Amino acid sequence: MLTREICGVKFKNPVIAASGTFGFGKEYSEFYDVSLLGGICTKGLTIYPKEGNDGIRVVETRAGMLNSVGLQNPGIDAFIQKELPYMEGLQTNIIANVGGNNIEQYMEAVEKLNDTSVHMIELNISCPNVKTGGMAFGIKCEDAYEVVSKVRSVCKKPLIVKLSPNAEDIVAMAVKCREAGADALSLINTIKAMAIDVKKRRPVFHNVTAGLSGPAVKPIALRMVYEVCKAVDIPVIGMGGIMTGQDAVEFIMAGATAIQVGTANFIQPDIGVRIIEEIREFMYKEGIKSIDEIMGAAL
Amino acid sequence: MAQYKSAKVVSNEKIVDGIYKMIVETEIKEAIVPGQFFMLKCWQAEPVLWRPISICEVKEGALVFLYATVGRGTERLAALKKGDQLQVMGPLGNGFDLNNIQGKVALVAGGIGIAPMVELSKRIKGAEVDLYAGFRKDVYAVEDIKPYVNKVHISTEDGSVGHKGYVTEIFDPSAYDLVLCCGPEVMMEKVVKDCLQKGTKIFVSMEKHMACGIGACLVCTCKTKEGNKRTCKEGPVFDGESLVI
Repeated sequence: MLTREICGVKFKNPVIAASGTFGFGKEYSEFYDVSLLGGICTKGLTIYPKEGNDGIRVVETRAGMLNSVGLQNPGIDAFIQKELPYMEGLQTNIIANVGGNNIEQYMEAVEKLNDTSVHMIELNISCPNVKTGGMAFGIKCEDAYEVVSKVRSVCKKPLIVKLSPNAEDIVAMAVKCREAGADALSLINTIKAMAIDVKKRRPVFHNVTAGLSGPAVKPIALRMVYEVCKAVDIPVIGMGGIMTGQDAVEFIMAGATAIQVGTANFIQPDIGVRIIEEIREFMYKEGIKSIDEIMGAAL
Repeated sequence: MAQYKSAKVVSNEKIVDGIYKMIVETEIKEAIVPGQFFMLKCWQAEPVLWRPISICEVKEGALVFLYATVGRGTERLAALKKGDQLQVMGPLGNGFDLNNIQGKVALVAGGIGIAPMVELSKRIKGAEVDLYAGFRKDVYAVEDIKPYVNKVHISTEDGSVGHKGYVTEIFDPSAYDLVLCCGPEVMMEKVVKDCLQKGTKIFVSMEKHMACGIGACLVCTCKTKEGNKRTCKEGPVFDGESLVI
């Protein structure tokens, strides 16, 4: 049995497409039946439309990639009007990833989503590519506490808080977000990193730094998920460089209730279903009947 | 349903320094439009991402790719031998609008930007076409285009063939109804500006770093007057007039 339940929301399996790597599900629907996924996290949404960052937005690294998209998105209203109706037809859980420049914007965005069909909200306090908001709320515990508790007070949906590996202390951050009312946590977002153009003798990215993702970050992500799962009693969704069913099982054994797949989507468009199949195969070979048997086994 | 699949290398030859021509055996059901591209890779885990390579020629059951070795991905592609397998995903992007190519037409290419011009020159019907191609040193692909165009104008930066300097120095848009352009960003900017100044319609095929290649990741954004467009999806061919330069 691959089914999962997070904050009362039922998932057909633990594999969720990560925000920013899956658009609103349309593009990947051309490659496979995305209803097979446990869920889809939308591209990060903000109250106003956002053009995103100037200049180069991607650099490949050894076993990973750097991105500096900067939350380009059509805004919450356009999402609700134009993208959500399509997503409703995808027959999988919809998790709306929400960002903002300030606490009021986070609250306003979440309020607009309250009466829509999205199943859960993922609060993005961890985007390293925007100058204001984003990760600014995900570094210090007290900043995170404020935004999470205020959003919690207006949010009618189950609230996942997406944590940054750049937090001063990931465990303290997780504990604080739970205290503030987070129903679940997801981690990790990308790791703040950079690249230099040696011919121009300058940083490649306009923002100087960018977010590192892909297989390169997996061991760090796994360690963080493991430590957070030891410290909190709310569901944790693990992510960071997951490429295979075995990677996913590692996160589950570290205590994650479900996992997200991000960069891997770029490498193999139908990787989500392949990971589901590989988890199923592993469980069959090991005689495991339910994910609950192995969840947190390594803790 | 769109897909990626294995394909077999028929040949993969260096044609001049740093430029390779690869013929790949594959059956593609969709109609392929010049200016579209494929994502290619011949590795599993490393490098990480596919490489977007534009279609140079479409043959019966085969695709021809002309590409420059610029990094570890294209170097891996260049090392492929006859009979090797690689993964192909495509055709992707919009391509040039073949239904609206009429009158006096100029194909303007800079460097490896000549790749899509080969198939494009073959597929244009009922227009009068000239080619302007600029290279650093070695000239390539021009022979493949020659049979399909009227006049060929060449420039090289070292002056070894044709005009010494840039192709933008020998190209005057005022003689044309339509310009179709592909090359380095600075060169395309110049050609677009010249065309708009003279009132000549121009379409350019943009080159951007890509990750997914299918419109999901938003890293290949092209700034247009109607907002950001995805080079891999709404592009790579854009109306020059719509670009924010």
